[in-house]
Amino acid sequence: MPEPASPQVEHAIAVCAAHGNAASELIEILHDIQDEAGCVAEETLPAIAKALNLARAEVHGVMSFYHDFRRAPAGRVRVQLCRAESCQSRGASALIEDFCARHDVALGQTSRDGMLTVEAVYCLGNCALSPAAMVNGRLVGRADVARLDALVAEAR
Amino acid sequence: MRIYVPADSAALSVGADETAAAVDAAIAARGLDATLVRNGSRGMFWLEPLVEAETPAGRIAFGPVTAGDVDSVIGAIVDGTAHPLALGLTEEIPYLKNQERLTFERVGVTDPLSLADYEAHGGLAGLRAALGMDGAAICKEVLDSGLRGRGGAGFPAGIKWKTVHDLPEGQKYICCNGDEGDSGTFADRMIFEGDPFLLIEGMVIAGIAVGATEGYLYIRSEYPRSIEVMKRAVAIMEAAGWLGANVGGSGRTFWLKVRRGAGAYICGEESSMLESIEGKRGTVRSKPPIPAISGLFGRPTVINNVLTLAAVPLIMDKGAQFYRDYGMGRSTGTLPFQLAGNIARGGLVEKAFGVTLRELVEDFGGGTASGRPFRTAQVGGPLGAYVSAGMLDLPMDYETFAENGAMVGHGGIVVFDDTVDMGAMARFAFEFCEIESCGKCTPCRVGAVRGKETVEKILRGEDVAKNVALVEDLCEVMRDGSLCAMGGLTPMPVLSALKLFPEDFDRAPKLAAE
Ligand SMILES: Cc1cc2nc3c(=O)[nH]c(=O)nc-3n(C[C@H](O)[C@H](O)[C@H](O)COP(=O)(O)O)c2cc1C
Ligand code: SF4
Ligand code: FES
Ligand code: FES
Repeated sequence: MPEPASPQVEHAIAVCAAHGNAASELIEILHDIQDEAGCVAEETLPAIAKALNLARAEVHGVMSFYHDFRRAPAGRVRVQLCRAESCQSRGASALIEDFCARHDVALGQTSRDGMLTVEAVYCLGNCALSPAAMVNGRLVGRADVARLDALVAEAR
Repeated sequence: MRIYVPADSAALSVGADETAAAVDAAIAARGLDATLVRNGSRGMFWLEPLVEAETPAGRIAFGPVTAGDVDSVIGAIVDGTAHPLALGLTEEIPYLKNQERLTFERVGVTDPLSLADYEAHGGLAGLRAALGMDGAAICKEVLDSGLRGRGGAGFPAGIKWKTVHDLPEGQKYICCNGDEGDSGTFADRMIFEGDPFLLIEGMVIAGIAVGATEGYLYIRSEYPRSIEVMKRAVAIMEAAGWLGANVGGSGRTFWLKVRRGAGAYICGEESSMLESIEGKRGTVRSKPPIPAISGLFGRPTVINNVLTLAAVPLIMDKGAQFYRDYGMGRSTGTLPFQLAGNIARGGLVEKAFGVTLRELVEDFGGGTASGRPFRTAQVGGPLGAYVSAGMLDLPMDYETFAENGAMVGHGGIVVFDDTVDMGAMARFAFEFCEIESCGKCTPCRVGAVRGKETVEKILRGEDVAKNVALVEDLCEVMRDGSLCAMGGLTPMPVLSALKLFPEDFDRAPKLAAE
C-alpha cells in the first residue's frame, strides 16, 4: 500500500489543481504553496512535477533560479534590507552591518534561535525614502536601527 | 468634505496607516461630516504622510503628518486656522505646479479603485475613442505621437504595435512589463497603486489595436501591495464590462491576468519575462525571432513597459499631436522622472523631455539630503552611467544622453554626495551582475565575477594600472559579447566611474604590515 501523502504534499497537490495543473502556472503555484507553508518543501517537488507533467529537474530548476523560493521556512521575523544603489547612497551598507551585528546574524542567514531571518534585497521601490527595508512584508522607509529593532520586537 | 491620506506603499512605509486611523478617529470624535479617502501619492515623498482636505478654494495640504499631529491638523482644517505643517493649496506647491503631469494626471488626486472617480477625471475617454477606430488607425496614432518605450531602450511603441497588428489573425498577446527592478525607480509602482485603471485602459487599447484578446501584467514580487491593488482593479474592470468578452459593449474581447515575479532582476528583460510568465526559469532567449513575431507561447506579442502603456489613453483621447507637442527632438512627450538617493526632496517629477538634470536635482530635488556637495548621480538604473557635476546641464533626452555615454532609461536619478566611494560602486555594479545574471552567456556570467575580483584588487592597491586596464578589457568583452543588456551594459556604470572619478581608483598599495 502506498504511504499516505503528508499534509504538505496534499496541500501542494491541491494548489496545482486550483491552477488547472497547468505547467505555465508553476511560478504562481510555488508562490501560493510558499505563502501558505512558509517554504516549498523538498518532499513536495515530485508531487508538483507529477501534477504538472514536468520532469522533477524542471521544477528544481525553477525553484533554484528565483531568489524568492525557499526550501526551509524563514524565521518568524523576516527582515529584508535593501542594498541597491539608492539605499547605499543613504548609508545602507552601514545599516546592514550594524543591524546584523546587533542581532548576531549574517546577511542571508537565520539567527541561531531560528527567530530572525535577514536577507538582502535589491530595490523595494522606495528609493525616495532610502534606506528601505521590509519586515514581514511591511515596507519601511528611512529605516534606521532603532526603527528596525522596534519592528522586530513587535513581530517576535 | 473629503480628507485624503495616501495608501501608496511609500507613504505607508512612513506611517500613513497610523495617520489615516487617527484621521478616522478625529472625524468620529468631532462628529464631522467628512469621509476619509485613501488616495495614491502625489509623489512628494519627503512630505509623506501628506494629508489633504477639500475646501471651496481647492485641496489644501499638510505634511508630513504623523498620527500625533492629526488632531491639531483636523482642528486647523475645520477652523481654517494656521498650522505649522500647512502647505497651502496642493496644486500651488511649486514641486507639483512646475510639473507637466500627463500620465500622472490623476495619481494622488483620485481614489485609485473608484471607477466613478476615474471617469469623472477623464478616465476611459481614450478607450472609448479607440473603440471607434480600426486597429491600423490606433497603431498609426501611437506611432505619430512619437511615443517611445519607457522601459529603457526607447524603441518606438507604434512600430512594435504595427508589427504585431500586421501579422495574420490568431492568438496574440499584450504583455506589460512591471518588473521595475532598477534602483532609483518607483513610477510603475505609483501607477499600480495610484491609478491602476489607467494601465488597464492602456493594455485594452493595445489589445484592440493589434488584435490580441489576452494580456498579462507581470509585477515583481517585491511589490505586494501593487499586486493586490492591480488584482482588485482587474476584478472591478471585469465587473464593469471593460475587461472580458465584450469590452465596453463593443463585441471585442480582452482578458487580463496579473502574474507575480519571484525576485529576479533579469526577469525585467523582455524575453526572460516571457519565460517566467510561461512558468519557466527566466533564461534570456536569443534573438531573432523578436517577441513581436514569436513571443509568449511562441505567438506574436507586444511587450511594453507600464509607463509606455499608461501614456496611451491620453494619446487616444487628445490625439498624437497633443502628445508630440511636449518634448524635444525624437524624445516626444513627457517622462515621469524619479528623484532618489541622497536628495532633499525625493519623489516623482513628470516633465517634458528636455528638462536638464540640474533643474531636476537642484530646483525640484533641492540638492542632497545630507547637505554635503553633490558628487555624482546614476541615471537610468543599475546599468546606467554615473554622471559628474559637469554634466548637470545636459537636457534629458535619449539622444543627448547616448551621445554623452549615458542613458535616460526608466528615468531614475540616484544622487550621491561627496562621501561616495566610486570604487565601491564599480565593484557593486559587477557584483549585482554576478548575482542577477541568468547565466546563459559566458562574458556576463564569468565577466561579472572576474570584474568584481579585479576591482577588489584595485581597491587594495594591487598593480593598479595593470588591473584598471584589465577591467577596461573585460568591459569591452562584456559589452560586445553578451547576449542581453545585463552583461552588455554593466560596463556603463563601471567605465563611467573609472573615467569620471579616476582618483577613487588610484589607491596606494596597503602596507605589508597591515
Ligand atoms: C536586465 C534587464 C532588465 C530590464 N528590466 C526592465 C524592467 O524592469 N521593466 C521594463 O519595462 N523593461 C525592462 N527592461 C527592458 C525590456 O527588455 C524591454 O525593452 C521593455 O520592457 C520593452 O518595453 P518598452 O518598449 O515599452 O520600453 C530590462 C532589460 C534588461 C536587459
Ligand atoms: S548577458 Fe547575462 S543576463 Fe543576459 S543572457 Fe547573457 S548571461 Fe543572461
Ligand atoms: S534602492 Fe533601495 S528601495 Fe530602491
Ligand atoms: S485595420 Fe482593422 S484591425 Fe487592422
